Amino acid sequence: MILSLLSDVPPLTPLGGDPTLEDFGKDPWWIVLIKVLAVFVFLVVMTLFTIWYERRVVARMQVRPGPNRHGPFGLLQSLADGLKLAFKEDIMPLKADKIVFFIAPVISTVCAFTAFAIIPFGPMVSMFGVKTPMQLTDIPVAVLLVLACSGMGIYGIVLGGWASGSTYPLLGGLRSSAQLISYEVAMGLSFVAVFMTAGTMSTSGIVAAQAHGGEAFGWLPTPGWFALLLLPSFVIYSISAVGETNRAPFDLPEAESELVGGFHTEYSSLKFALFFLAEYINMVTVSALCTTLFLGGWRAPAPITTVWAGANSGWWPLLWFTIKVLLLLFVFVWLRGTLPRLRYDQFMRFGWKVLIPVNLVWILALAGLKVAQKSSYSTTDKLMFVGVPLAVIILLALFWPAKAEEEPKTVQEQVAERPEGSFPLPPMDLQVPVSPRAKRLTAERETVPASTEKEV
Amino acid sequence: MAAMADAGGTRELTVGAGAGAQQLGTDMVLNIGPQHPSTHGVLRLKLVLDGEKVLSAEPVVGYMHRGAEKLFEVRDYRQILVLANRHDWLSAFSNELGAAMAVERLMGLEVPERAVWLRTAMAELNRILNHLMFLGSYPLEIGAITPMFFAFREREVLQAVMEEATGGRMHYMFNRIGGLKEEVPAGWTRRAREAVDLVESRMPALDDLIRRNDIFLARTVGVGVLSAADAAAYGASGPVGRASGLDFDLRRDEPYLAYGELDVPVVTRTAGDCHARFEVLLDQVYASLRLVRTCLDRVDRITGPVNVRLPKVVKAPEGHTYAWTENPLGVNGYYLVSRGDKTPWRMKLRTASYANVQALSTLLPGTLVPDLIAILGSMFFVVGDIDK
Repeated sequence: MILSLLSDVPPLTPLGGDPTLEDFGKDPWWIVLIKVLAVFVFLVVMTLFTIWYERRVVARMQVRPGPNRHGPFGLLQSLADGLKLAFKEDIMPLKADKIVFFIAPVISTVCAFTAFAIIPFGPMVSMFGVKTPMQLTDIPVAVLLVLACSGMGIYGIVLGGWASGSTYPLLGGLRSSAQLISYEVAMGLSFVAVFMTAGTMSTSGIVAAQAHGGEAFGWLPTPGWFALLLLPSFVIYSISAVGETNRAPFDLPEAESELVGGFHTEYSSLKFALFFLAEYINMVTVSALCTTLFLGGWRAPAPITTVWAGANSGWWPLLWFTIKVLLLLFVFVWLRGTLPRLRYDQFMRFGWKVLIPVNLVWILALAGLKVAQKSSYSTTDKLMFVGVPLAVIILLALFWPAKAEEEPKTVQEQVAERPEGSFPLPPMDLQVPVSPRAKRLTAERETVPASTEKEV
Repeated sequence: MAAMADAGGTRELTVGAGAGAQQLGTDMVLNIGPQHPSTHGVLRLKLVLDGEKVLSAEPVVGYMHRGAEKLFEVRDYRQILVLANRHDWLSAFSNELGAAMAVERLMGLEVPERAVWLRTAMAELNRILNHLMFLGSYPLEIGAITPMFFAFREREVLQAVMEEATGGRMHYMFNRIGGLKEEVPAGWTRRAREAVDLVESRMPALDDLIRRNDIFLARTVGVGVLSAADAAAYGASGPVGRASGLDFDLRRDEPYLAYGELDVPVVTRTAGDCHARFEVLLDQVYASLRLVRTCLDRVDRITGPVNVRLPKVVKAPEGHTYAWTENPLGVNGYYLVSRGDKTPWRMKLRTASYANVQALSTLLPGTLVPDLIAILGSMFFVVGDIDK
């Protein structure tokens, strides 16, 4: 019976090969359980490691040693911190909404973990004699799942900020909701170019699409990695990923010099640990997604594969994948060690007025390019299609009238604009007489006008 | 606790129609401080917010009032230096210097030349230490964490020099009425010069990291603009006043110590914004490093005592005097009134921070919370100096 069922399904991809969508959903339950556990352990270990890694790297940048007491090189420091957090008193603020206050960190953490389900770690491998892809699952719209999870994760932060019943967390929660929504748009748009080029939204498919370089216009060799091929998308994704994870220089929701701790000011003990865990998992997730979408996924980069053909088979890809993720995490730490924090409105302006328009224009250009590549127009026609609109845009930009400078208001106008009931002003031409009591000291002093404004 | 809460001000009660409507649609009230990472110490700001916009900011000062002025009246002249050096804990040497100068002037003491030049060198070293602290902490408030450590690395070098001479790292207590506590150790000037060279060679690391950083510029240029007229009206002095274009520096305009013989460069800016204030501080460090070097060269060429013999009981003759010094944070004044006793009858402090933070009331309303932090940090105050 089972054999006959199995015979209906298409044959699995051979070991070491690229998994396709057909390879998923066929694992026995215990393999799924192993994979789920593996992803969970990977994320938790990565979190512990990343905290240590961040502290050590940023310490190097700041001419100090960093944690080096617990375990070799201080590696167990974050484990010790985690245990300490768990044993701390769990404080529930009086004004907090008890249920929401409890649920918020859970939402954050669950979403953070779920997003990692579709990240491919490697090719087909044999696990206890079962051929299976090194990836928990894949669906035709896998990348959208990540967007959905990060979108849901915002609820954790907003609700946490709101339920604390206190001002700093509320401000932090509001900031983060606005920030995450805006940067999710920029992030989602940066995926579009990848989808257009790869022709699929499944993560394993996107990794496979980056395996080999292609050719544009039939003669121009193009690199395989989308980071090079779709550079603008990569740059925009990188920026919005930093915004999406609330990391410096975009760490406005938890700007400690402004909002103390931001949305998690009132949290303590395990609930705080969950928020902390979620933040670091999100960092790992956006790095892993960046690796998958732009940096060739689990495949070893060119110099390794040319020297060693087996680099992309078996369990080795797990190593390449982890190295790529760690390098991206280094960039996060580097940014934090270097840059000050943007102001909230500057940051929003940057997202809406720079990243999103640039992204839209880039997608348009890329779509035009793809159409031009396939169509049967002659080269001169193609150049016309590109050149004429480009010339029009450049001319428009050159001759666009500059905004007229607003004249500064005189003092009289400013005084006239004051609302009814304002504090009374002294007459502008008031002469301050010399105090008669101070005559001895200021015999020669002349009276001076209170205001030196010429127009008064 | 409850009694204290009731005692704090009258309570307003509205009855009848409209009672309770006060709470509907009112603006959010946020207390920044007294315990907040950005108020270094215990300044408290009561903000009324509309979203993130500050509608009004009311500074609540006095949490650190230690009654220094009152205590001066019950300590003899040697003892008041200990108190005088504590209100601004980042410029302890300059503080005790001002108090000592006031007493010396009233007593008509002449300070030996070597002590004068040593005092000048140490006052400038203290200025650099103070400025480095703010050069580190201000970027930290803007969100850059690394400059703090660079600044502290340099501070450590200079503090070692100060510690060698005085034995203290913060409250030096090296001034005495009529000079200094004791001669500096042999070879101190050489080591001080080496430290100054080292700091000067490493300052570009801090400078390059933050001064022209785009985000830092975006956060500070044009933010918290204090006009020269406002600065003068509030009595702002020091880096805050000079950044607004007030070209006023007591070291040049009314020289004390050995400043009359030195060519003191006065660093000014005209913009009056946060970035100008930061730049004044940064450039002042370079200027002070050069001044220290000149002073050390002079110290090496002068021999003689560093203090004078005082009577067992120091009594200032009846009279009053006002000594003012250009402290790292601005003008510090000491108005000393004596009735011929062994303690001052009154010693009034005019502290730089207290005058400088007054300008906050015009700068803060209308800004956003992040700008508020940027402005607050750029006023370079020490809460002890405000509350005395």
